[in-house]
Amino acid sequence: MLAILLATIVLHLTDLIILFISTCANAWRTHGVVNYDLWHDCTQTNGRYHCRGTGDADWLQAVQALMVLATIFCLISFIIFLCQLFTLLKGGRFFFTAVFQVLASLFVMSGAIIYTVMSPEWKNESDGYGYAFVLAWLAFPLTLISGFIYIVLRKKE
Amino acid sequence: MLSVLALTSVVLLGIASQITAIVVYTSWERHALVGSDVRLSCSFFSWQWTSPDVTFSWHYRPDGAKEGIAIFHYVGGAAYVDNKGPFRDRLEFVGNPSRRDGSILIKNLDFSDNGTFTCDAKNPPDIAGRPSSVRLLVFEKVPVQAGVITGAIIGVVLGLLILIVAIYYLMRFLVARRVFSLSMSKHGKKGKGKEGSQQKQAGPLK
Repeated sequence: MLAILLATIVLHLTDLIILFISTCANAWRTHGVVNYDLWHDCTQTNGRYHCRGTGDADWLQAVQALMVLATIFCLISFIIFLCQLFTLLKGGRFFFTAVFQVLASLFVMSGAIIYTVMSPEWKNESDGYGYAFVLAWLAFPLTLISGFIYIVLRKKE
Repeated sequence: MLSVLALTSVVLLGIASQITAIVVYTSWERHALVGSDVRLSCSFFSWQWTSPDVTFSWHYRPDGAKEGIAIFHYVGGAAYVDNKGPFRDRLEFVGNPSRRDGSILIKNLDFSDNGTFTCDAKNPPDIAGRPSSVRLLVFEKVPVQAGVITGAIIGVVLGLLILIVAIYYLMRFLVARRVFSLSMSKHGKKGKGKEGSQQKQAGPLK
């Protein structure tokens, strides 16, 4: 029982860390050595850098919002899990925790899908996807699995 | 015993060399608009008192370039700014060396100013230390709509969340109150019935 509890907590914390890194690191696209996207965008023209904020792309702001919301919901679900661990009746299910975790996974899925669909029109041929983009796609199944575990988990004494 | 002594002495020497190392602090990254001014701050920590021979020097390496150039040097109470390179007439020393502040001000930024600025401070006899770098990013314009949509989406979703939680607790409170008032009225009727029967019984006795 303790092993399952520890594994669940470790999975949840891993999700939280992955979401934080994916949201805060400015590395959704790479151009050679330079990482950019999600928060600001520096392009190189004639050996000089040209930085601009990401205000003109509405969909990019939506992705920003969805990633931030996913991180917030994952954090809220962790806090609720800790609360429910001590206040839930014996045999009860961690329903609230599961709801927030599944919502977080839906948000990160929407964010990753929007970015994947909208970015090919936007990027050059020599660009590649950065590590934060990969982490966002990784966070989606992990949070979904974590949410389902909370639906199935029962509190024993 | 001898090995323990040797180990302790090595550790102490290591700590002692750390104590006499100077630590330079700058920001990690600075963002600024084209045409604006930016203040690059540089400070240091040293176990020695601030010496009158303290020196600050700034070094600039453009993005994508291999080598950099020196653009500022403060020594012997006088500040020497770059008067030949890309920052001529744009660089100003705004620091206070006696307070360990070696900050510079760059005016009227351009896209060619993107790059890494390295500050190196020396406080004799404390000179062994690593310089610290700050990366400058120059933006075209602050987008008027930057973050408006982001903030709106986040605000609406969190607001809905709070609203749903508040409605849930309100419903629970109302239902509990209704159950409470129902049970009170039931209890009240039973009590009145008992009193009435007692009075009737007491009446004939009198």
